[in-house]
Amino acid sequence: MADTVSRFIPATGPEIERMLNVLGLSSVDDLIGQVVPRGDMFQGSLPMASPISEPELVHELKRLALLNTHTDQVLSFLGAGAYKHGIPSAISHLVDRGEFLTAYTPYQPEISQGTLQAMYEFQTMVCELFGMDVANASTYDGASALAEALSMAHRVLRGRRPRAILAGAIHPDYRATCVTYSRAGPISLAHLPPRRDGRVSIQDLSRQLDRETCCVAVQSPNFYGLLEDLPVICPLVHDAGALLVVVVTDPHACALLRSPGELGADIVVGEGQALGIPLSMGGPHLGLFATRRRYLRQLPGRLVGRTVDSQGQRGFVLTLATREQHIRRARATSNICTNQGLCALMVSIYLSLLGPDGLRQVAMQSHSNALYLKKAISALPGFDLVYNAPFFHELVIRTPVPAARVVEEMLPDGFFAGLPMDRFPGGRSHELLICATEVLGKEQMDSFLSRLARFRGNATPARGA
Amino acid sequence: MSTVKTTSGTNGLLQSEPLLFERSVEGRTGWRPATSGVPLADDLPEDLLRQAPMRLPELSEPEVVRHYTRLSQWNYSIDTGLYPLGSCTMKYNPRVAEDLAALDGFAQLHPWQPVETLQGALHVMAFVEDSLKALTGLHAVTLQPAAGAHGELLGLLLIRACQESRGDPRSKILVPASAHGTNPASASMAGYQAVEVPAGPDGILEVDTVARLMDDQVAGLMVTHPNTLGLYERNLSSICKVVHEAGGLVYGDGANLNALMGIVRPGDLGMDVMHFNLHKTFSTPHGGGGPGAGPVAVTQELEPFLPVPVIHRGDPLTLEWDRPNSVGRVRSFYGNFGVVLRAASYIMEMGAQGLTHASRMAILNANYLRVRLSKAFEVAFPQPCMHEVILTDRLQRAHGVQTIDIAKRLMDYGFHPPTVYFPLVVPHAMMIEPTETESLDELDAFADALIQVAREAGQQPDTLKSAPSRPSLGRLDEVGAARFPDLRYDFDSTQ
Repeated sequence: MADTVSRFIPATGPEIERMLNVLGLSSVDDLIGQVVPRGDMFQGSLPMASPISEPELVHELKRLALLNTHTDQVLSFLGAGAYKHGIPSAISHLVDRGEFLTAYTPYQPEISQGTLQAMYEFQTMVCELFGMDVANASTYDGASALAEALSMAHRVLRGRRPRAILAGAIHPDYRATCVTYSRAGPISLAHLPPRRDGRVSIQDLSRQLDRETCCVAVQSPNFYGLLEDLPVICPLVHDAGALLVVVVTDPHACALLRSPGELGADIVVGEGQALGIPLSMGGPHLGLFATRRRYLRQLPGRLVGRTVDSQGQRGFVLTLATREQHIRRARATSNICTNQGLCALMVSIYLSLLGPDGLRQVAMQSHSNALYLKKAISALPGFDLVYNAPFFHELVIRTPVPAARVVEEMLPDGFFAGLPMDRFPGGRSHELLICATEVLGKEQMDSFLSRLARFRGNATPARGA
Repeated sequence: MSTVKTTSGTNGLLQSEPLLFERSVEGRTGWRPATSGVPLADDLPEDLLRQAPMRLPELSEPEVVRHYTRLSQWNYSIDTGLYPLGSCTMKYNPRVAEDLAALDGFAQLHPWQPVETLQGALHVMAFVEDSLKALTGLHAVTLQPAAGAHGELLGLLLIRACQESRGDPRSKILVPASAHGTNPASASMAGYQAVEVPAGPDGILEVDTVARLMDDQVAGLMVTHPNTLGLYERNLSSICKVVHEAGGLVYGDGANLNALMGIVRPGDLGMDVMHFNLHKTFSTPHGGGGPGAGPVAVTQELEPFLPVPVIHRGDPLTLEWDRPNSVGRVRSFYGNFGVVLRAASYIMEMGAQGLTHASRMAILNANYLRVRLSKAFEVAFPQPCMHEVILTDRLQRAHGVQTIDIAKRLMDYGFHPPTVYFPLVVPHAMMIEPTETESLDELDAFADALIQVAREAGQQPDTLKSAPSRPSLGRLDEVGAARFPDLRYDFDSTQ
């Protein structure tokens, strides 16, 4: 008897019978038998467990949650594309309202004005962050946003320039995503490794730039936390007739620094997680995507626009859908349909709570904390800084023992000490990427530093003793 | 209107609410950032520092909370009422999943944590992978794609990689005319030319049509099953054979999997790759347009090409990165873990019997509406349907009333309209998917409202053409919005 009662399925036995009567059938099996050929039907039983109650479910998932160690139980110095900043409580209370949480894409604007107005506000705030003219209503994450940006640049230049240059230290996952997206597409990727100081080599870049290049993508702050020299890079790229794509993985940086738009970027993509979205093991996060107005028609993803109703009242609708897959099909600017609407809403609420000052203070405190670590670590025997260029809130340090060992040995003492760079192809074994945000206190950083200091002894034997 | 039970949300008090930027007052703030005890300092080069402050709104917390609470009240949602969007599977979203996703042990996990500190999370992921394998009869699953269309792109890249490794790269892919727009768009992104396949007169793909189109340049067929007409593709297993014999592979769009759980396993029919929409079939909330998750299941032959990392089922669970044939990755980290977790909680609670029951009741509800509405409307395909049914406005057009008018008028009765003007192969379609989580009362109220609207189409067509009248805004000018795009607040002029 398959008609088991579920608390999410209201139909009772007698109601099922009433419906079957209307259909002139005597059982649900008869109905399905009318539609599904016998040979197609699954005859076995699914190798899955039986239904359980909510308390049992909660118990089981709490048990699994306890098998994890999370970032509130230790001191975490992990960043590298996912950042632990303070998250206002109001955000989850607001996005958990059923009217936001359980609405679909706002295809019927008269009864979706809440989502639509919030997305119009979101688009405006993303433009302000990045100093750009237009932003879409979000994409999946920073990595896929970058892959989409390369295709967009290729379209903007009418497909005549097949090459995209990924310059300097771009997040390895972002790079890998671009490689995968380009497997079948018309774009060939050129990788321009960072020079010794961890940043884009201007000489190499100008040598690489040619009439085949549709765009140059630069992450700043880059994967090592360093600020790229965009004021120099940008005119170089434009002189070659290419577009500059700037990637931002923690938009707090934009509160402190001249915006990518001000520096001349044509497309800015980023990861919005740092702005009020829980880490959640890497997703759902949020792809940010902004550009110049003149490239609007090549923008992927949904857009919300202002309009009026039949009475002339202000309202908002999804617009410029002729770029999108449900209208343009094979010739759409992207296949994207579902985006990250609720995450965009989280970021909107975060930005409206923090405002320009709050955002700047978070950025300043994060930077100051990282600067504090930088100074202290450079004075630790056996440790060193790998790069010395201006940075935001992440830095790569050279460790006296393999970085993976630092991470492993510090874990039992309650630290996520950072990300060993040799996790990535070409990464060096004694380099550790660390991150500081505003939520780390001075005492916590001091305990991290004194634990780090203990590595010097078992690495290099003290000389001259 | 009085004879029809309405559930309109517009009976309550509706506040007007300006834009955030219009509410902003200089000097207010809604957050006190943490201070660490480290004095603020900066050593940043002057020429890189921001000069002009960002024009973000300045508001206190109560104002922000009120702003978004008021906005929320302008939304229709599953929690408000029946949301019959065809092929969108707007079923109820269990609240417990939100609590579980918010547990610190999940929400506060950093993706770069050492793998031994992520064991619980990996178990959740492995559980969902195994469940999807069980439901489809396929061999392996990746959870990485962030949404259905993202899964489509990945699935097609897997097909491409597989055929290239066979030394048989191909350039085209067959896509039925009734497919979602994402299918041809994903095909383009994966480097394929989409070739449209017409269905037979009864809306079903025919073996001969597919056989005729298959050649050594056709990589395979993308097929939504059941299709977007709500119909069971009864020739599919024969079609899969034909495609395979010609060296092709079959991609299954899982948008409509809610009709099949425990009834048919797509892998048994011969599908090679399939994506899922966890935000449809597995009840994770749509969030006003996402986040979703679009896992992909594949046959054994395609497994080596899956994105990295994959979960290796040892004790402890580990992540495998070294997979030389992998297509790489389609996004950062491990996919939308938070969405996968919500799906896990749904699958665990429902179990095999619950999921099967869900599909059976989804089919019953759709067929009940089909029969109840078959007098007032033309049903595009009168045979029994799966989980959704398509009506048209043919009977109403005589009165000058169109699908859009019917859809807008339905709002006045308190319901969200169906998916309209899709699929494109049915002119002026209204595609209704009630899902299993609607009660008979609610189905009847919805049917009564639609029948009443059909009656009004003959008696007072102007009411329909000027609908809706009960939401806070009337019909919105979408043409004007596209002609003069206003996509962000203009700080420099008063709007």
